Formats: sequence, structure tokens, C-alpha cells
Amino acid sequence: MSESASEILRLDAVSRRFSGLQALRDVTFGINKGEVLGLIGPNGAGKTTLINTICGVTPANSGRILFLGQDITGIKTYQAARLGLSRTFQIVQPFAEFTALDNVAAAALFSQTGESLKSAREEARAHLAFVGLEAQAGQSAATLTLAMRKRLELAKALAMRPKLLFLDEVNAGLNSAEVERATSLIHRLAADGITIVMVEHLMKVVLNVCTRIVVLHNGMVIADGEPRDVIDNPAVVDAYLGQQYAKRNAARG
Amino acid sequence: MSRLNLALLLLIGCLAALPLFGGAYALRLGTVACMYAILALSWNVVGGFAGYPSFATAAFFGFGAYTVGVLLNDGVSLALSIPIAFVASFVLATLLGAVLLRLRGHYFAIASLSLVEVLRELTNNATDLTGGGMGLNIPLAAGSGIMADATFFFFAMWGLLLATALMVIAVSASKLGFGLNCIRQNETAANMVGLNATLYKSIAFGLSACFVAAAGGIYAAWVHYIDPSDVFDVLYSVKPIVMALMGGLGSPLGVVSGAFIYLGLEEVVWRNYIQIHSGVLGVLIVMLLLFLPHGVISLRPGMFWRKAKHV
Repeated sequence: MSESASEILRLDAVSRRFSGLQALRDVTFGINKGEVLGLIGPNGAGKTTLINTICGVTPANSGRILFLGQDITGIKTYQAARLGLSRTFQIVQPFAEFTALDNVAAAALFSQTGESLKSAREEARAHLAFVGLEAQAGQSAATLTLAMRKRLELAKALAMRPKLLFLDEVNAGLNSAEVERATSLIHRLAADGITIVMVEHLMKVVLNVCTRIVVLHNGMVIADGEPRDVIDNPAVVDAYLGQQYAKRNAARG
Repeated sequence: MSRLNLALLLLIGCLAALPLFGGAYALRLGTVACMYAILALSWNVVGGFAGYPSFATAAFFGFGAYTVGVLLNDGVSLALSIPIAFVASFVLATLLGAVLLRLRGHYFAIASLSLVEVLRELTNNATDLTGGGMGLNIPLAAGSGIMADATFFFFAMWGLLLATALMVIAVSASKLGFGLNCIRQNETAANMVGLNATLYKSIAFGLSACFVAAAGGIYAAWVHYIDPSDVFDVLYSVKPIVMALMGGLGSPLGVVSGAFIYLGLEEVVWRNYIQIHSGVLGVLIVMLLLFLPHGVISLRPGMFWRKAKHV
């Protein structure tokens, strides 16, 4: 086994097929504790499917997934959540009728053992404050703006005390001020020692935050390494970044 | 406890005074009202809290009626056979729920409806045990006079209604109720935060079945004769849903009020329009649902006069 002690997640030839479409093809890589891994690739490359497969939403057809040495290949979604795998959704999934506070309280209540509704709400308040939503705690989730709902997703994910956090396009649809705010939140989480996997299209954010990049294309890993090396990789330029980006990047040095 | 739940307990408490004022007719009506309130409150757990439109109420009503009927014929006492029906239906519904509740929306509705038909046919064909289509005669329980009997069954049903209301109030304030609420709003997200949705839904389905089965048992002992087309009548599934919608989905007080209002309407309409009573009742229900989509519980004093608006 190529497992090292500091490895938190290991994917071993993971494949997933949706009838005719091979969404993931023998995906193999590991994630080390404390890493901020950027998962990039063109639309339809299988980034979200990979997250869904790890979290048990669409179980792998073949291959093996190890989380902290434990085989979690066929795991149920709620079990993954209790183990410390948490995620935000690309398309936000709030409990629309609940207040922001109860949304986060639900995450704390059901993912942790020994929580009561009261203690979960107390914790939820702290997580809302962390993402800057304390003023909206009593507001129903349906009335929040998109940027606030994205941060609510993040607060929910944090309330689950994640060991490994998947951020699925937390910046999509946000304006630049909102992106900056979200990026600084991610920096703070990484500083707290949470291992993060982020799917992101904004290369500026990826290069700013990530310590390593994995590139997916047609369900296959086509590059894996240091951010600077990956964006110079000709295969990545061809499949995703484009020649223009490469030239601009080269010009900047 | 919230004011609405206190009001619900108060309403049920007031109902207990019925034998002081009414005769045999009022007692019969009161017993039926309690029975339907139990059915509607139970449906509310799976339909109102969890958002799964179950049509299986009649299945568990019939199951309870036949369990108690058969047990009474075997010489088991009423006080013992009701709890047996209660526990057996909880177990049966929880197991069935784990299978059926994988379906959602219309598919679940149809599957739960077919459960009624399956149990009805099973009862029809198990002639040795249930008497099949001939029905089942049930021995008189006390036999101490008509009024004493009527009063006994009224209080039996009333006590069960009180227990159901307490269960529903307890569930709505608990982690279970909170979880069911999450499932109704977004089941994907509920799973993703670590909620075992299948388990929660199954427990909700079990809870929505056991009080219904106990009510079916009391009903069987009360009317002394049951047959499959009577107790597995799909109207036992439909009426509680209409009551819950009329009263206010999800609100225990609303659901019980809805049951009482529905039965009141049914009696009044039946008396005055003997030829076309179902038609008139249907129109009334449609009007109520059209103009009060969130049920009677959403009525506010301010709704009856319009505030002047700026032009």
C-alpha cells in the first residue's frame, strides 16, 4: 500500500458510470492532512461526481476509497457525514423554511452524537458568527441572498466538525467583493488545520489558496502536483486553461 | 409548550364533558369525532411533518380492527388486545416503511394506497382466521346496557385521542420532529448533515400507524361486526387527509379542528341535503381549500376587513 501516516483520504482506481457515460475512470490519488487541494477541470469533467462518490451519494462502481485508513467505498451519505466528511453544494441546499440558525443547528444536531436541540443551537450561533451571518440568524433561509446562502452552506458544513471539507464552487455567482470575503474564510479554515478539497473555476482563487492541484478531464486525472507546475502542464492548458491563459501567465512570469 | 398545543389539549379536555350534556346520538358523534381526530393527527406525523403523502391509514385501521376482532373472539380481553394491536402495527409499519419510504411523492402515495388493497385481499382470503367476506362478529365486551356501553367506548376513544395528541406534541418538540421537518424541506441536505432519513421516516410511519390501529381496535369492539370492505375502506385514508388540509397541515391544533369541522359539516349537510349530500360536501371542501389554502388555523381576526392601501 502506498498509504502514508499523514494521508487522510486515498482513492484507489475509483470508477463511476452513469449507464453510457463513464463519469469517473480509475481515479487514483491521495490527500494529506492539512492540504488545501484544488480540484479543477472543464465542465462535465466529473469534479462534482467525484465528491458525490466519496460522500456516498453516487457510490463507486469499482475501486476503493479509504478515509483515515477505513474503507468507506459503499458508505451511506449520513454515515459519511458522521465520520467527518462534510461538503457544501454547488447549488445551495438550505432547509428553506428554517431560520439560518436552525439550518446550522440541524447540521450540528444530526452529525454529532450527544447533541440536544438546545446545545446545537448554541453552537450554531458561533458558526454563524464565524461566517458573518449572526445578524441573519433569525431570518428564514429562503430570504437570504445567494452570497449569504453560500456562507450558510459553509456554516452548516463547519457545524459538522469536518475532518475533510469539500467546497463545491463556493464562489460561483458571487461578485468580487464577496469572493474576497469567501477566500479569506477559506484561508482561516485552512489555518485551523481542516483539510480542504475545493472545486473552483476562478484560477485566481485556486492559485491563491491551494497547496496542490488535481486536474480532471473526462473523468480521468490528467495532472496532479504543485499549482505552478500544473498550470504550465501542456495537457492542462489544452484541456482546460486554454492557450490565452498560458500566454498571459507566461508574460506575467 | 406552545399556546397552540395548550389550546389543543384544552379542546380535547372540553370534549370529555360531552356525556354530561348529550344523549346516545351525541355520544356516537363524539366517538366518531375522536376516532377521526386520531386518524388525522396520526396522518399528520408522516404527511404533515415528514411530507410523505401516505394513503395507508385505512390499511392500519383495518389491521387494528381485525387484530382486536380476532383476539376478542379467542377470549383475549379488550384491555390486552388493544396494546397488542398497537405494538404489532408499529412493528409492521416500521418494517414496511423502511421499504415503501424509498419512494417519493406520487409514487409513495400509490404504493401506500396499494397497501390497503393488499391487506384487504389478504383478509378476504384468510377465511379461517377472519371470516373472509362474511365479516367477523365480535362478542359484546361489557353488555351492561346501551348507554353505559356508549359512554365506555366514547371514553376509550377519547383517551386514545388524548394519547395521540400528547405523542404528536412530544414528537414536534423533539429531535425526531426536527429531523422530520428537515426531511420535508430537503431530504438530500438532511442526509448530507448526518441524518439517517430512512430510520426517521420509518419511525414516523410506525408512529402514524400504531394509534390508528388502536382506534381500529376500539372501533371493532364498539360496532361488534366488521367486514373487509368496511374497515379497509379507502375513505379512512382520504378523510384524514382532507381534515388535515382543511385544518392546517402540520399543526396539531389545526388538524384536530379540521377533523371536528369536517364531521360537523358532514352531519349538517347530510341532514339537509339527503339526496345530494356528497356533492354539497365536496363543493364546500373545495371552497374551503381554495379560499383558505393553509387551513382554518391560518385564520386571523384581521383577515375579514381590508386595510386601506396607498393609491
